[in-house]
Amino acid sequence: MSQVLHTPPPTRAPADGDLAALAARHGLSVSGARPSLPQYVRQLWARRHFISAFATAKLTAQYSQAKLGQVWQVMTPLLNAAVYYFIFGVLLGTKQNVADYVPFLVTGIFVWTFTQSSIMAGTRAISGNLGLVRALHFPRAALPISFALQQLQQLLFSMCALAVILLCFGVPVAASWLLAVPALVLQFTFNAGVSMVMARLGAKTPDIAQLMPFVLRTWMYVSGVMWSIDSIAKHDDLPRIVTVLLQINPAAVYIDLMRFALIDSFQAHQLPPHVWAAAVGWALLAGIGGFIYFWKAEETYGRG
Amino acid sequence: MAEHTSEKVPTVVADRVDIVYRVNGTGAGRGSATAALNRILRRGQAEKAAGVRRVHAVKKVSFVAYKGEAIGLIGTNGSGKSTLLKAVAGLLPVESGHIYTDGQPSLLGVNAALMNDLTGERNVFLGGLAMGMSREQVKERYQDIVDFSGINEKGDFITLPMRTYSSGMAARLRFSIAAAKDHDVLLIDEALATGDRSFQRRSEERIRELRKRAGTVFLVSHNNKSIRDTCERVLWLERGELRMDGPTEEVMKEYEAFTGERKPAAAKA
Repeated sequence: MSQVLHTPPPTRAPADGDLAALAARHGLSVSGARPSLPQYVRQLWARRHFISAFATAKLTAQYSQAKLGQVWQVMTPLLNAAVYYFIFGVLLGTKQNVADYVPFLVTGIFVWTFTQSSIMAGTRAISGNLGLVRALHFPRAALPISFALQQLQQLLFSMCALAVILLCFGVPVAASWLLAVPALVLQFTFNAGVSMVMARLGAKTPDIAQLMPFVLRTWMYVSGVMWSIDSIAKHDDLPRIVTVLLQINPAAVYIDLMRFALIDSFQAHQLPPHVWAAAVGWALLAGIGGFIYFWKAEETYGRG
Repeated sequence: MAEHTSEKVPTVVADRVDIVYRVNGTGAGRGSATAALNRILRRGQAEKAAGVRRVHAVKKVSFVAYKGEAIGLIGTNGSGKSTLLKAVAGLLPVESGHIYTDGQPSLLGVNAALMNDLTGERNVFLGGLAMGMSREQVKERYQDIVDFSGINEKGDFITLPMRTYSSGMAARLRFSIAAAKDHDVLLIDEALATGDRSFQRRSEERIRELRKRAGTVFLVSHNNKSIRDTCERVLWLERGELRMDGPTEEVMKEYEAFTGERKPAAAKA
Protein backbone atom coordinates (compact mmCIF):
# COMPACT_ATOMS: atom_id res chain seq x y z
CA MET A 1 0.00 0.00 0.00
CA SER A 2 3.05 2.26 -0.21
CA GLN A 3 2.19 3.07 -3.79
CA VAL A 4 1.00 6.64 -3.32
CA LEU A 5 4.42 8.11 -2.95
CA HIS A 6 3.62 11.40 -4.54
CA THR A 7 0.29 12.67 -5.76
CA PRO A 8 -0.20 12.42 -9.49
CA PRO A 9 0.76 15.54 -11.39
CA PRO A 10 -2.44 17.41 -12.16
CA THR A 11 -3.40 16.41 -15.68
CA ARG A 12 -4.52 19.29 -17.82
CA ALA A 13 -8.12 18.96 -16.76
CA PRO A 14 -10.23 20.39 -19.54
CA ALA A 15 -13.21 22.58 -18.78
CA ASP A 16 -16.51 20.81 -18.28
CA GLY A 17 -18.21 21.02 -21.66
CA ASP A 18 -14.92 20.88 -23.57
CA LEU A 19 -14.56 17.18 -24.30
CA ALA A 20 -18.24 16.61 -24.99
CA ALA A 21 -18.15 19.53 -27.45
CA LEU A 22 -15.02 18.13 -29.11
CA ALA A 23 -16.69 14.75 -29.49
CA ALA A 24 -19.84 16.31 -30.90
CA ARG A 25 -17.85 18.43 -33.37
CA HIS A 26 -16.23 15.34 -34.88
CA GLY A 27 -19.39 13.26 -34.87
CA LEU A 28 -18.26 10.70 -32.29
CA SER A 29 -20.96 8.54 -30.72
CA VAL A 30 -21.27 7.20 -27.20
CA SER A 31 -19.50 3.84 -26.95
CA GLY A 32 -21.72 0.81 -26.45
CA ALA A 33 -25.00 2.66 -26.94
CA ARG A 34 -27.98 0.68 -28.19
CA PRO A 35 -28.80 1.21 -31.87
CA SER A 36 -32.32 2.21 -32.89
CA LEU A 37 -34.69 -0.61 -33.82
CA PRO A 38 -34.53 -0.14 -37.64
CA GLN A 39 -30.74 0.19 -37.40
CA TYR A 40 -30.63 -2.99 -35.34
CA VAL A 41 -32.68 -4.88 -37.91
CA ARG A 42 -30.32 -3.68 -40.65
CA GLN A 43 -27.24 -4.76 -38.66
CA LEU A 44 -28.83 -8.13 -38.05
CA TRP A 45 -29.65 -8.57 -41.72
CA ALA A 46 -26.04 -7.74 -42.59
CA ARG A 47 -24.94 -10.65 -40.36
CA ARG A 48 -27.30 -13.23 -41.89
CA HIS A 49 -24.37 -15.24 -43.25
CA PHE A 50 -22.88 -15.31 -39.77
CA ILE A 51 -26.18 -16.56 -38.35
CA SER A 52 -26.44 -19.46 -40.78
CA ALA A 53 -22.72 -20.31 -40.64
CA PHE A 54 -22.84 -20.31 -36.84
CA ALA A 55 -25.87 -22.60 -36.80
CA THR A 56 -24.32 -25.09 -39.21
CA ALA A 57 -21.01 -25.01 -37.38
CA LYS A 58 -22.72 -25.69 -34.05
CA LEU A 59 -24.70 -28.54 -35.54
CA THR A 60 -21.65 -30.30 -36.92
CA ALA A 61 -19.59 -29.61 -33.80
CA GLN A 62 -22.25 -31.28 -31.65
CA TYR A 63 -21.19 -34.81 -32.48
CA SER A 64 -17.58 -34.06 -33.39
CA GLN A 65 -16.32 -36.10 -30.41
CA ALA A 66 -18.53 -39.13 -31.13
CA LYS A 67 -17.18 -42.08 -33.08
CA LEU A 68 -20.31 -42.45 -35.18
CA GLY A 69 -20.28 -38.71 -35.87
CA GLN A 70 -23.18 -37.30 -37.84
CA VAL A 71 -25.13 -40.58 -37.71
CA TRP A 72 -26.32 -39.37 -34.28
CA GLN A 73 -28.27 -36.58 -35.98
CA VAL A 74 -30.80 -39.23 -37.01
CA MET A 75 -30.13 -41.80 -34.26
CA THR A 76 -30.91 -39.48 -31.34
CA PRO A 77 -34.49 -38.62 -32.38
CA LEU A 78 -35.17 -42.26 -33.32
CA LEU A 79 -34.01 -43.51 -29.92
CA ASN A 80 -36.10 -40.82 -28.24
CA ALA A 81 -39.16 -41.99 -30.14
CA ALA A 82 -38.45 -45.61 -29.21
CA VAL A 83 -38.27 -44.80 -25.48
CA TYR A 84 -41.52 -42.85 -25.50
CA TYR A 85 -43.23 -45.58 -27.53
CA PHE A 86 -42.14 -48.18 -25.00
CA ILE A 87 -43.42 -46.17 -22.01
CA PHE A 88 -46.61 -44.64 -23.35
CA GLY A 89 -47.52 -47.08 -26.09
CA VAL A 90 -46.62 -50.42 -24.49
CA LEU A 91 -46.50 -49.93 -20.70
CA LEU A 92 -49.26 -47.37 -20.20
CA GLY A 93 -51.30 -48.33 -23.23
CA THR A 94 -52.26 -44.81 -24.27
CA LYS A 95 -52.52 -45.98 -27.86
CA GLN A 96 -56.00 -47.45 -27.54
CA ASN A 97 -57.60 -44.02 -28.06
CA VAL A 98 -55.59 -42.99 -31.09
CA ALA A 99 -55.43 -44.30 -34.64
CA ASP A 100 -51.89 -44.63 -36.06
CA TYR A 101 -50.40 -44.20 -32.60
CA VAL A 102 -46.74 -44.56 -33.57
CA PRO A 103 -46.78 -41.87 -36.29
CA PHE A 104 -48.91 -39.73 -33.94
CA LEU A 105 -46.39 -40.08 -31.10
CA VAL A 106 -43.23 -39.69 -33.16
CA THR A 107 -44.49 -36.58 -34.95
CA GLY A 108 -45.42 -35.08 -31.59
CA ILE A 109 -42.02 -35.82 -30.07
CA PHE A 110 -40.02 -34.42 -32.97
CA VAL A 111 -42.04 -31.22 -33.22
CA TRP A 112 -41.97 -30.75 -29.44
CA THR A 113 -38.21 -31.39 -29.30
CA PHE A 114 -37.73 -28.55 -31.79
CA THR A 115 -39.44 -26.07 -29.47
CA GLN A 116 -37.87 -27.50 -26.33
CA SER A 117 -34.28 -27.46 -27.57
CA SER A 118 -34.65 -24.01 -29.11
CA ILE A 119 -35.78 -22.61 -25.78
CA MET A 120 -33.09 -24.45 -23.81
CA ALA A 121 -30.39 -23.29 -26.23
CA GLY A 122 -31.83 -19.78 -26.17
CA THR A 123 -31.59 -19.62 -22.39
CA ARG A 124 -27.84 -20.19 -22.64
CA ALA A 125 -27.35 -18.25 -25.86
CA ILE A 126 -25.74 -15.25 -24.17
CA SER A 127 -24.57 -16.67 -20.85
CA GLY A 128 -22.92 -19.66 -22.55
CA ASN A 129 -21.14 -17.61 -25.21
CA LEU A 130 -19.69 -14.77 -23.16
CA GLY A 131 -16.30 -15.28 -24.79
CA LEU A 132 -17.75 -14.54 -28.20
CA VAL A 133 -19.93 -11.72 -26.91
CA ARG A 134 -17.06 -9.99 -25.12
CA ALA A 135 -14.60 -10.39 -27.96
CA LEU A 136 -16.55 -9.44 -31.06
CA HIS A 137 -19.16 -6.86 -31.90
CA PHE A 138 -22.29 -8.07 -33.62
CA PRO A 139 -25.99 -7.70 -32.91
CA ARG A 140 -26.51 -10.12 -30.04
CA ALA A 141 -29.87 -11.29 -31.38
CA ALA A 142 -27.81 -13.23 -33.92
CA LEU A 143 -27.04 -15.77 -31.19
CA PRO A 144 -30.54 -16.90 -30.09
CA ILE A 145 -31.77 -16.80 -33.70
CA SER A 146 -28.82 -18.85 -34.78
CA PHE A 147 -29.51 -21.44 -32.07
CA ALA A 148 -33.13 -21.69 -33.18
CA LEU A 149 -31.91 -22.15 -36.74
CA GLN A 150 -29.57 -24.92 -35.60
CA GLN A 151 -32.54 -26.71 -34.04
CA LEU A 152 -34.51 -26.26 -37.26
CA GLN A 153 -31.71 -27.94 -39.19
CA GLN A 154 -31.71 -30.69 -36.60
CA LEU A 155 -35.46 -31.08 -37.07
CA LEU A 156 -35.03 -31.44 -40.82
CA PHE A 157 -32.78 -34.43 -40.15
CA SER A 158 -35.45 -35.83 -37.85
CA MET A 159 -38.11 -35.26 -40.50
CA CYS A 160 -36.21 -37.54 -42.88
CA ALA A 161 -36.33 -40.26 -40.21
CA LEU A 162 -39.98 -39.41 -39.64
CA ALA A 163 -40.83 -39.84 -43.34
CA VAL A 164 -39.35 -43.34 -43.24
CA ILE A 165 -41.31 -44.21 -40.08
CA LEU A 166 -44.55 -42.89 -41.60
CA LEU A 167 -44.10 -44.97 -44.74
CA CYS A 168 -43.25 -48.07 -42.68
CA PHE A 169 -46.51 -47.68 -40.75
CA GLY A 170 -48.52 -47.36 -43.92
CA VAL A 171 -49.24 -43.64 -43.90
CA PRO A 172 -49.57 -42.60 -47.56
CA VAL A 173 -47.67 -39.71 -49.12
CA ALA A 174 -50.16 -36.91 -49.71
CA ALA A 175 -50.29 -33.35 -51.01
CA SER A 176 -51.06 -32.24 -47.45
CA TRP A 177 -47.44 -32.97 -46.52
CA LEU A 178 -46.69 -29.59 -48.12
CA LEU A 179 -48.56 -27.94 -45.24
CA ALA A 180 -45.61 -28.91 -43.07
CA VAL A 181 -43.61 -26.06 -44.62
CA PRO A 182 -45.78 -23.12 -43.45
CA ALA A 183 -46.28 -24.89 -40.11
CA LEU A 184 -42.52 -25.12 -39.64
CA VAL A 185 -41.96 -21.50 -40.65
CA LEU A 186 -44.51 -20.36 -38.06
CA GLN A 187 -43.09 -22.63 -35.39
CA PHE A 188 -39.56 -21.43 -36.11
CA THR A 189 -40.67 -17.81 -35.70
CA PHE A 190 -42.36 -18.68 -32.43
CA ASN A 191 -39.31 -20.58 -31.15
CA ALA A 192 -36.88 -17.84 -32.12
CA GLY A 193 -39.03 -15.27 -30.33
CA VAL A 194 -39.26 -17.27 -27.11
CA SER A 195 -35.51 -17.99 -27.35
CA MET A 196 -34.80 -14.27 -27.42
CA VAL A 197 -36.93 -13.67 -24.35
CA MET A 198 -35.18 -16.52 -22.54
CA ALA A 199 -31.77 -15.32 -23.74
CA ARG A 200 -32.32 -11.94 -22.08
CA LEU A 201 -33.60 -13.53 -18.87
CA GLY A 202 -30.78 -16.08 -18.88
CA ALA A 203 -28.15 -13.40 -19.46
CA LYS A 204 -29.32 -11.46 -16.40
CA THR A 205 -30.08 -14.47 -14.18
CA PRO A 206 -28.15 -17.59 -15.23
CA ASP A 207 -30.06 -19.55 -12.55
CA ILE A 208 -32.98 -19.80 -14.97
CA ALA A 209 -31.11 -22.40 -16.99
CA GLN A 210 -31.37 -24.71 -13.95
CA LEU A 211 -35.11 -24.17 -13.74
CA MET A 212 -36.00 -24.54 -17.40
CA PRO A 213 -35.87 -28.35 -17.70
CA PHE A 214 -38.67 -28.63 -15.12
CA VAL A 215 -40.79 -25.94 -16.74
CA LEU A 216 -40.29 -27.53 -20.15
CA ARG A 217 -41.12 -31.03 -18.94
CA THR A 218 -44.37 -29.80 -17.42
CA TRP A 219 -45.15 -27.98 -20.63
CA MET A 220 -44.51 -31.15 -22.62
CA TYR A 221 -46.93 -33.22 -20.55
CA VAL A 222 -49.79 -30.72 -21.05
CA SER A 223 -49.09 -30.29 -24.76
CA GLY A 224 -50.53 -33.59 -25.92
CA VAL A 225 -47.25 -35.01 -27.17
CA MET A 226 -48.18 -38.59 -26.20
CA TRP A 227 -51.95 -38.28 -25.81
CA SER A 228 -54.69 -36.69 -27.87
CA ILE A 229 -56.01 -33.35 -26.58
CA ASP A 230 -58.96 -33.80 -28.89
CA SER A 231 -60.21 -36.99 -27.25
CA ILE A 232 -59.71 -35.57 -23.75
CA ALA A 233 -61.61 -32.44 -24.69
CA LYS A 234 -64.51 -34.51 -26.04
CA HIS A 235 -64.92 -37.30 -23.52
CA ASP A 236 -63.92 -35.92 -20.16
CA ASP A 237 -66.08 -33.40 -18.38
CA LEU A 238 -63.30 -30.85 -17.94
CA PRO A 239 -64.13 -27.22 -17.18
CA ARG A 240 -64.39 -25.24 -20.40
CA ILE A 241 -61.46 -22.97 -19.47
CA VAL A 242 -59.08 -25.93 -19.13
CA THR A 243 -60.07 -27.24 -22.56
CA VAL A 244 -59.52 -23.83 -24.14
CA LEU A 245 -56.14 -23.45 -22.44
CA LEU A 246 -55.07 -26.90 -23.61
CA GLN A 247 -56.10 -26.09 -27.16
CA ILE A 248 -54.62 -22.59 -27.36
CA ASN A 249 -51.25 -23.81 -26.02
CA PRO A 250 -48.78 -22.89 -28.81
CA ALA A 251 -46.87 -26.16 -28.55
CA ALA A 252 -50.12 -28.11 -28.98
CA VAL A 253 -51.11 -25.93 -31.92
CA TYR A 254 -47.86 -26.58 -33.82
CA ILE A 255 -47.81 -30.27 -32.95
CA ASP A 256 -51.38 -30.84 -34.14
CA LEU A 257 -50.78 -28.84 -37.31
CA MET A 258 -47.87 -31.09 -38.19
CA ARG A 259 -49.92 -34.21 -37.45
CA PHE A 260 -52.72 -32.89 -39.61
CA ALA A 261 -50.26 -32.25 -42.43
CA LEU A 262 -48.52 -35.62 -42.29
CA ILE A 263 -50.95 -38.26 -40.99
CA ASP A 264 -54.00 -39.09 -43.10
CA SER A 265 -56.04 -40.50 -40.20
CA PHE A 266 -55.60 -37.27 -38.24
CA GLN A 267 -58.62 -35.34 -39.48
CA ALA A 268 -59.37 -31.62 -39.51
CA HIS A 269 -62.05 -31.99 -36.80
CA GLN A 270 -59.35 -33.17 -34.38
CA LEU A 271 -57.52 -29.84 -34.70
CA PRO A 272 -58.08 -27.14 -32.07
CA PRO A 273 -60.53 -24.46 -33.30
CA HIS A 274 -59.05 -21.58 -35.37
CA VAL A 275 -55.78 -23.43 -35.49
CA TRP A 276 -54.07 -21.47 -38.29
CA ALA A 277 -55.06 -18.15 -36.73
CA ALA A 278 -53.62 -19.34 -33.41
CA ALA A 279 -50.42 -20.52 -35.14
CA VAL A 280 -49.91 -17.19 -36.91
CA GLY A 281 -50.88 -15.22 -33.82
CA TRP A 282 -48.42 -17.00 -31.54
CA ALA A 283 -45.65 -16.68 -34.15
CA LEU A 284 -46.18 -12.92 -34.55
CA LEU A 285 -46.59 -12.29 -30.83
CA ALA A 286 -43.50 -14.25 -29.83
CA GLY A 287 -41.42 -13.25 -32.85
CA ILE A 288 -41.96 -9.50 -32.74
CA GLY A 289 -42.43 -9.22 -28.98
CA GLY A 290 -39.38 -11.36 -28.25
CA PHE A 291 -37.21 -9.42 -30.68
CA ILE A 292 -38.14 -6.05 -29.19
CA TYR A 293 -37.74 -7.37 -25.65
CA PHE A 294 -34.28 -8.70 -26.50
CA TRP A 295 -33.23 -5.51 -28.27
CA LYS A 296 -34.18 -3.37 -25.27
CA ALA A 297 -31.26 -4.78 -23.29
CA GLU A 298 -28.80 -5.04 -26.20
CA GLU A 299 -26.13 -2.84 -24.60
CA THR A 300 -26.05 -4.86 -21.37
CA TYR A 301 -25.17 -8.29 -22.76
CA GLY A 302 -21.74 -9.59 -21.88
CA ARG A 303 -21.15 -7.12 -19.07
CA GLY A 304 -20.37 -7.54 -15.43
CA MET B 1 -1.38 16.28 -25.87
CA ALA B 2 -1.89 19.95 -25.20
CA GLU B 3 -1.96 21.16 -28.78
CA HIS B 4 -5.48 20.51 -30.03
CA THR B 5 -4.71 21.54 -33.56
CA SER B 6 -7.63 21.45 -35.93
CA GLU B 7 -6.14 18.88 -38.38
CA LYS B 8 -6.00 16.16 -35.72
CA VAL B 9 -9.10 14.01 -35.74
CA PRO B 10 -10.13 12.50 -32.39
CA THR B 11 -11.24 8.87 -32.43
CA VAL B 12 -11.79 8.25 -28.72
CA VAL B 13 -12.78 10.86 -26.17
CA ALA B 14 -13.05 9.89 -22.51
CA ASP B 15 -14.73 12.57 -20.45
CA ARG B 16 -14.19 12.17 -16.68
CA VAL B 17 -14.97 8.47 -16.68
CA ASP B 18 -15.77 6.60 -13.48
CA ILE B 19 -16.22 2.84 -13.44
CA VAL B 20 -17.55 0.98 -10.43
CA TYR B 21 -17.86 -2.80 -10.08
CA ARG B 22 -20.51 -4.27 -7.82
CA VAL B 23 -19.53 -7.61 -6.39
CA ASN B 24 -22.18 -9.98 -5.03
CA GLY B 25 -21.67 -12.27 -2.11
CA THR B 26 -19.35 -10.33 0.13
CA GLY B 27 -19.75 -8.85 3.57
CA ALA B 28 -22.04 -10.23 6.24
CA GLY B 29 -23.42 -13.72 5.65
CA ARG B 30 -21.19 -14.09 2.64
CA GLY B 31 -22.59 -16.33 -0.04
CA SER B 32 -25.30 -17.75 2.20
CA ALA B 33 -28.81 -18.39 0.94
CA THR B 34 -30.29 -15.71 3.18
CA ALA B 35 -27.84 -13.13 1.88
CA ALA B 36 -28.73 -14.05 -1.68
CA LEU B 37 -32.44 -13.81 -0.90
CA ASN B 38 -31.88 -10.50 0.80
CA ARG B 39 -30.08 -9.26 -2.30
CA ILE B 40 -32.97 -10.22 -4.54
CA LEU B 41 -35.66 -8.79 -2.30
CA ARG B 42 -33.92 -5.54 -1.46
CA ARG B 43 -32.40 -4.82 -4.85
CA GLY B 44 -31.21 -1.23 -5.17
CA GLN B 45 -31.77 -0.11 -1.61
CA ALA B 46 -29.27 -0.90 1.09
CA GLU B 47 -26.71 -2.53 -1.19
CA LYS B 48 -24.19 -2.70 1.59
CA ALA B 49 -26.54 -4.46 3.97
CA ALA B 50 -27.27 -7.03 1.28
CA GLY B 51 -23.58 -7.84 0.97
CA VAL B 52 -22.77 -5.98 -2.24
CA ARG B 53 -19.37 -4.33 -2.33
CA ARG B 54 -18.48 -1.49 -4.61
CA VAL B 55 -15.05 -1.45 -6.21
CA HIS B 56 -14.12 1.89 -7.70
CA ALA B 57 -11.88 0.67 -10.53
CA VAL B 58 -11.43 3.82 -12.64
CA LYS B 59 -11.61 7.34 -11.22
CA LYS B 60 -12.23 10.50 -13.25
CA VAL B 61 -10.11 9.59 -16.24
CA SER B 62 -10.12 11.98 -19.20
CA PHE B 63 -8.13 11.73 -22.42
CA VAL B 64 -8.43 12.28 -26.15
CA ALA B 65 -6.99 9.82 -28.64
CA TYR B 66 -6.37 10.85 -32.22
CA LYS B 67 -6.32 9.11 -35.56
CA GLY B 68 -3.07 7.32 -36.31
CA GLU B 69 -1.89 7.16 -32.70
CA ALA B 70 -0.69 4.05 -30.92
CA ILE B 71 -1.26 4.50 -27.22
CA GLY B 72 0.20 2.32 -24.52
CA LEU B 73 -1.61 1.77 -21.23
CA ILE B 74 0.67 0.96 -18.32
CA GLY B 75 0.33 0.56 -14.58
CA THR B 76 0.84 -2.05 -11.92
CA ASN B 77 -1.55 -5.01 -11.62
CA GLY B 78 -5.08 -4.02 -10.68
CA SER B 79 -4.67 -0.41 -11.67
CA GLY B 80 -7.70 -0.43 -13.98
CA LYS B 81 -6.08 -0.77 -17.41
CA SER B 82 -8.18 -3.66 -18.71
CA THR B 83 -11.32 -2.19 -17.16
CA LEU B 84 -10.75 1.07 -19.01
CA LEU B 85 -10.25 -0.79 -22.29
CA LYS B 86 -13.48 -2.74 -21.82
CA ALA B 87 -15.34 0.48 -21.20
CA VAL B 88 -13.89 2.05 -24.36
CA ALA B 89 -15.03 -1.06 -26.26
CA GLY B 90 -18.54 -0.48 -24.91
CA LEU B 91 -18.56 -3.72 -22.93
CA LEU B 92 -18.70 -2.19 -19.46
CA PRO B 93 -21.08 0.55 -18.37
CA VAL B 94 -19.56 3.73 -16.97
CA GLU B 95 -20.79 4.98 -13.60
CA SER B 96 -20.47 8.63 -14.58
CA GLY B 97 -18.82 10.55 -17.38
CA HIS B 98 -18.91 9.61 -21.07
CA ILE B 99 -16.84 7.75 -23.61
CA TYR B 100 -17.27 8.87 -27.20
CA THR B 101 -15.86 6.82 -30.04
CA ASP B 102 -15.59 6.98 -33.79
CA GLY B 103 -17.10 3.74 -35.07
CA GLN B 104 -17.06 0.59 -32.99
CA PRO B 105 -13.82 -0.13 -31.14
CA SER B 106 -12.86 -3.81 -31.09
CA LEU B 107 -11.37 -5.36 -28.02
CA LEU B 108 -8.78 -8.01 -28.63
CA GLY B 109 -8.01 -10.04 -25.54
CA VAL B 110 -6.02 -13.22 -25.42
CA ASN B 111 -8.37 -15.04 -23.10
CA ALA B 112 -11.57 -14.40 -25.02
CA ALA B 113 -12.23 -17.78 -26.57
CA LEU B 114 -13.58 -18.79 -29.91
CA MET B 115 -15.51 -22.05 -30.16
CA ASN B 116 -13.45 -24.92 -28.91
CA ASP B 117 -15.28 -27.76 -30.64
CA LEU B 118 -14.86 -26.24 -34.07
CA THR B 119 -11.82 -26.43 -36.28
CA GLY B 120 -9.53 -23.45 -36.63
CA GLU B 121 -10.73 -23.12 -40.20
CA ARG B 122 -14.37 -22.78 -39.15
CA ASN B 123 -13.38 -20.31 -36.45
CA VAL B 124 -11.63 -18.12 -38.98
CA PHE B 125 -14.83 -18.00 -41.05
CA LEU B 126 -17.10 -17.44 -38.07
CA GLY B 127 -14.86 -14.77 -36.58
CA GLY B 128 -14.65 -12.94 -39.90
CA LEU B 129 -18.40 -13.10 -40.47
CA ALA B 130 -19.09 -12.01 -36.89
CA MET B 131 -16.89 -8.96 -37.38
CA GLY B 132 -19.06 -8.03 -40.33
CA MET B 133 -16.92 -9.19 -43.23
CA SER B 134 -18.72 -10.69 -46.20
CA ARG B 135 -18.21 -14.33 -47.18
CA GLU B 136 -16.12 -13.26 -50.17
CA GLN B 137 -13.90 -11.06 -48.03
CA VAL B 138 -13.26 -13.88 -45.59
CA LYS B 139 -12.44 -16.30 -48.39
CA GLU B 140 -10.11 -13.71 -49.90
CA ARG B 141 -8.20 -13.16 -46.66
CA TYR B 142 -8.41 -16.70 -45.31
CA GLN B 143 -4.94 -17.70 -46.47
CA ASP B 144 -3.41 -14.50 -45.12
CA ILE B 145 -4.99 -15.07 -41.73
CA VAL B 146 -3.74 -18.65 -41.51
CA ASP B 147 -0.27 -17.74 -42.73
CA PHE B 148 -0.06 -14.83 -40.33
CA SER B 149 -1.09 -16.91 -37.34
CA GLY B 150 1.59 -19.46 -38.21
CA ILE B 151 -0.75 -22.24 -37.04
CA ASN B 152 0.20 -24.41 -39.98
CA GLU B 153 3.95 -24.04 -39.52
CA LYS B 154 4.13 -27.32 -37.60
CA GLY B 155 1.71 -29.36 -39.68
CA ASP B 156 -1.93 -29.13 -40.69
CA PHE B 157 -3.39 -27.80 -37.42
CA ILE B 158 -5.98 -25.46 -38.90
CA THR B 159 -8.31 -28.38 -39.67
CA LEU B 160 -8.18 -29.62 -36.05
CA PRO B 161 -10.65 -28.49 -33.39
CA MET B 162 -9.53 -25.47 -31.36
CA ARG B 163 -9.63 -27.54 -28.14
CA THR B 164 -6.51 -29.34 -29.34
CA TYR B 165 -4.52 -26.09 -29.63
CA SER B 166 -2.05 -24.88 -27.05
CA SER B 167 -3.03 -21.62 -25.37
CA GLY B 168 -0.38 -19.78 -27.33
CA MET B 169 -1.65 -21.12 -30.66
CA ALA B 170 -5.24 -20.16 -29.83
CA ALA B 171 -4.19 -16.66 -28.83
CA ARG B 172 -2.25 -16.28 -32.08
CA LEU B 173 -5.22 -17.36 -34.16
CA ARG B 174 -7.50 -14.94 -32.30
CA PHE B 175 -5.15 -12.07 -32.89
CA SER B 176 -4.80 -12.98 -36.56
CA ILE B 177 -8.56 -13.07 -37.08
CA ALA B 178 -9.16 -9.75 -35.37
CA ALA B 179 -6.24 -8.08 -37.09
CA ALA B 180 -7.48 -9.19 -40.51
CA LYS B 181 -10.09 -6.48 -40.52
CA ASP B 182 -9.27 -2.80 -40.59
CA HIS B 183 -10.59 -1.43 -37.34
CA ASP B 184 -11.20 2.22 -36.64
CA VAL B 185 -10.07 1.62 -33.09
CA LEU B 186 -8.26 -1.53 -32.04
CA LEU B 187 -7.83 -2.34 -28.36
CA ILE B 188 -5.22 -4.94 -27.54
CA ASP B 189 -4.97 -6.48 -24.09
CA GLU B 190 -1.57 -8.11 -23.51
CA ALA B 191 -1.79 -9.86 -26.89
CA LEU B 192 1.87 -9.33 -27.61
CA ALA B 193 2.95 -11.02 -24.41
CA THR B 194 1.81 -14.38 -25.77
CA GLY B 195 3.23 -16.21 -28.69
CA ASP B 196 6.87 -16.76 -29.42
CA ARG B 197 9.37 -14.09 -30.39
CA SER B 198 8.81 -14.42 -34.15
CA PHE B 199 5.04 -14.04 -33.72
CA GLN B 200 5.55 -11.01 -31.49
CA ARG B 201 7.64 -9.40 -34.22
CA ARG B 202 4.97 -10.11 -36.81
CA SER B 203 2.21 -8.66 -34.66
CA GLU B 204 4.19 -5.51 -33.95
CA GLU B 205 4.56 -5.09 -37.69
CA ARG B 206 0.84 -5.66 -38.19
CA ILE B 207 -0.02 -3.05 -35.57
CA ARG B 208 2.16 -0.54 -37.39
CA GLU B 209 0.30 -1.40 -40.60
CA LEU B 210 -3.08 -0.97 -38.94
CA ARG B 211 -1.99 2.43 -37.71
CA LYS B 212 -0.93 3.50 -41.16
CA ARG B 213 -4.48 2.87 -42.30
CA ALA B 214 -5.50 5.70 -40.02
CA GLY B 215 -6.86 3.68 -37.11
CA THR B 216 -6.04 4.15 -33.46
CA VAL B 217 -4.44 1.38 -31.42
CA PHE B 218 -4.54 0.98 -27.64
CA LEU B 219 -2.13 -1.51 -26.16
CA VAL B 220 -2.15 -2.83 -22.60
CA SER B 221 1.08 -4.55 -21.71
CA HIS B 222 3.48 -5.19 -18.88
CA ASN B 223 6.24 -5.61 -21.40
CA ASN B 224 7.98 -2.23 -21.41
CA LYS B 225 9.88 -3.13 -24.53
CA SER B 226 6.83 -3.84 -26.64
CA ILE B 227 5.26 -0.59 -25.41
CA ARG B 228 8.39 1.29 -26.46
CA ASP B 229 8.50 -0.49 -29.82
CA THR B 230 4.88 0.13 -30.80
CA CYS B 231 3.60 3.22 -29.01
CA GLU B 232 4.58 6.86 -29.13
CA ARG B 233 2.19 7.95 -26.40
CA VAL B 234 1.55 6.34 -23.04
CA LEU B 235 -1.20 6.65 -20.43
CA TRP B 236 -0.12 5.62 -16.96
CA LEU B 237 -2.91 4.46 -14.66
CA GLU B 238 -2.34 3.88 -10.98
CA ARG B 239 -5.14 2.86 -8.58
CA GLY B 240 -7.69 3.87 -11.17
CA GLU B 241 -6.32 7.37 -11.58
CA LEU B 242 -4.63 8.76 -14.66
CA ARG B 243 -1.19 9.53 -13.32
CA MET B 244 0.59 10.61 -16.47
CA ASP B 245 -0.21 11.12 -20.13
CA GLY B 246 2.57 11.97 -22.53
CA PRO B 247 5.26 10.84 -24.97
CA THR B 248 6.43 7.26 -24.39
CA GLU B 249 9.99 7.97 -23.21
CA GLU B 250 8.94 10.62 -20.73
CA VAL B 251 6.26 8.49 -19.09
CA MET B 252 8.25 5.26 -19.20
CA LYS B 253 11.15 6.91 -17.38
CA GLU B 254 8.85 7.99 -14.57
CA TYR B 255 7.11 4.62 -14.51
CA GLU B 256 10.34 2.69 -14.32
CA ALA B 257 11.54 4.93 -11.53
CA PHE B 258 8.24 4.29 -9.74
CA THR B 259 8.34 0.52 -10.07
CA GLY B 260 12.10 0.52 -9.44
CA GLU B 261 11.58 2.40 -6.19
CA ARG B 262 9.33 -0.30 -4.91
CA LYS B 263 11.86 -3.08 -5.28
CA PRO B 264 14.25 -2.12 -2.46
CA ALA B 265 11.24 -1.34 -0.25
CA ALA B 266 9.79 -4.80 -0.89
CA ALA B 267 13.17 -6.42 -0.30
CA LYS B 268 13.48 -4.73 3.10
CA ALA B 269 10.05 -5.88 4.24
